[in-house]
Amino acid sequence: MPEFWINMGPQHPMTHGLWNMKVKVDGETVTDAKPEIGYLHRGYEKIMEVREFQKNVVLTDRLCYVSSITWSHAYCLAVEKMMGIETPERGQWIRVVALELQRIASHLMWLAAYGPDLGLLTGLLWALRERELFLDLIQLMSGARMNQNYPRVGGVRNDLPENFEAMCRRSIEHFLEKVDNEYQRVFQESKVFHMRTEGVGKISAADAINWGVTGPNLRACGVNVDLRRLDPYEVYEEIDFEPQVWHDGGAGDSYARFVCRFNELRESCQIILQALEKMPKTGPYRVKAPRRAEGEGYAKTEDSRGEALFYVIGDGDDRPYRVKIRSPVFCTMAATPIMLRGNKLADSVAILGSVDVCVGEMDK
Amino acid sequence: MSAVVTASPSITGRSVPGAEKEVLAQLQVAFGSKLKDAKIVRERLVELVIDRADLVPLCTYLKDTLGFEHLSCVTAVDWKDRFESIYHIENYYNGCMVQVNAQIPYDDPKIATLTGLWHAADFLEREMWDLMGVEYTGHPNLTRILLPEDFKFHPLRKEFAQEVDRQYITRRKLRGGK
Repeated sequence: MPEFWINMGPQHPMTHGLWNMKVKVDGETVTDAKPEIGYLHRGYEKIMEVREFQKNVVLTDRLCYVSSITWSHAYCLAVEKMMGIETPERGQWIRVVALELQRIASHLMWLAAYGPDLGLLTGLLWALRERELFLDLIQLMSGARMNQNYPRVGGVRNDLPENFEAMCRRSIEHFLEKVDNEYQRVFQESKVFHMRTEGVGKISAADAINWGVTGPNLRACGVNVDLRRLDPYEVYEEIDFEPQVWHDGGAGDSYARFVCRFNELRESCQIILQALEKMPKTGPYRVKAPRRAEGEGYAKTEDSRGEALFYVIGDGDDRPYRVKIRSPVFCTMAATPIMLRGNKLADSVAILGSVDVCVGEMDK
Repeated sequence: MSAVVTASPSITGRSVPGAEKEVLAQLQVAFGSKLKDAKIVRERLVELVIDRADLVPLCTYLKDTLGFEHLSCVTAVDWKDRFESIYHIENYYNGCMVQVNAQIPYDDPKIATLTGLWHAADFLEREMWDLMGVEYTGHPNLTRILLPEDFKFHPLRKEFAQEVDRQYITRRKLRGGK
């Protein structure tokens, strides 16, 4: 039978958004693949050029709707570097708490999507149930469940509410118990889960670096790169945590990517608990940012999906002259044909789900 | 000149203090006057300005000799009188980032591709050609990626029309005034 192309998308339960993966198959085996993206392109970089620095925070929130705070924080950080201002210490600690809460919520959303990809509907229901705990905490902190508009150039919008610390501890304690028992059993200890994910979608460490794969997908290849550790921003230098890297053999497959993300859930909880303890209890959380700025600033942060980079140029006006967004998923998407080649067509869902695609940030 | 930068055998996940000075010194020895401007912006960030002709030799040196294995980002900027293609290249061994600004004349927006060094340049350069219209010569598949194939413009250029009025309603307008 001759080889032919199959469209996985743009409307396909696997895509989690609007994009198309063209797959060339020889019988059941994938011989080539070609991602087609751009369905959700909204021209963010252009829109941001006519809005004031502070107003762009609202836009960057919508870059990735499941991981808003990490994106608007990266933008604020880049603008702060350009303006030469620094967030007060308490503001930085609050940001760390917000970032890690958002990271957990984002990873749980991914887990909820990955479960049904593999026919595990329990995973969807459980992960979304626990995600609600963290969305509640974020709502308590910022006033909104999603698209929070919380980070500001120069700090955060408001201080933590009263007894936030106690509620945070209670939720995390409950969550960690669920992770160690229920989640561990339904995902990691399930034989079916192992059979679906182990050994599929492999990519070597050298390939991953060369193609620009970052974040948990890169750490799953055994490369110890976590920007919170390698190029520390905010107060991550003072926090004691372990980047989640896959150390065993057979690295770079879907299972390794799953384990790295899954363990990050636990690690983020530990970071939040530490931050709540070490945080100064009072003090300013925001400085006044100048309206106009000239120069250039860049910031790279460890987003939930990899390396997020903002490069902002100002020309002395109150609006940026040029904003560049580097989306981790955009670069990872370039490497997906390597992961897919040689695998069975039925495994492509298990592979693309483990990459954690977010179309909003990919298409900008 | 010691080779501290390249000698690190494995990626430890931690940055090496003072690595940016080392990198800048080695670059100045290797390229000298070809660097139009070279400075340390802040910790772990070196900025270089070069002409577009020196891009590929410089990047080859960065990747093969200094261990800058990760091409993070490609940005094109329209300065109205010239274009600039900006590369953020990262070293995972010491946490250092080099920002290379390659200058391109406005009437001839072409620059050599980096796909021979980094596969990551494939999508990143396609995106910049799509949105800014800078042609990366030698790119194996320089087609539109985010915009539709029949789109006629490069929207991030400053000449592309964009509503420039400020995006707010004044209080006077809300009360019914002009």
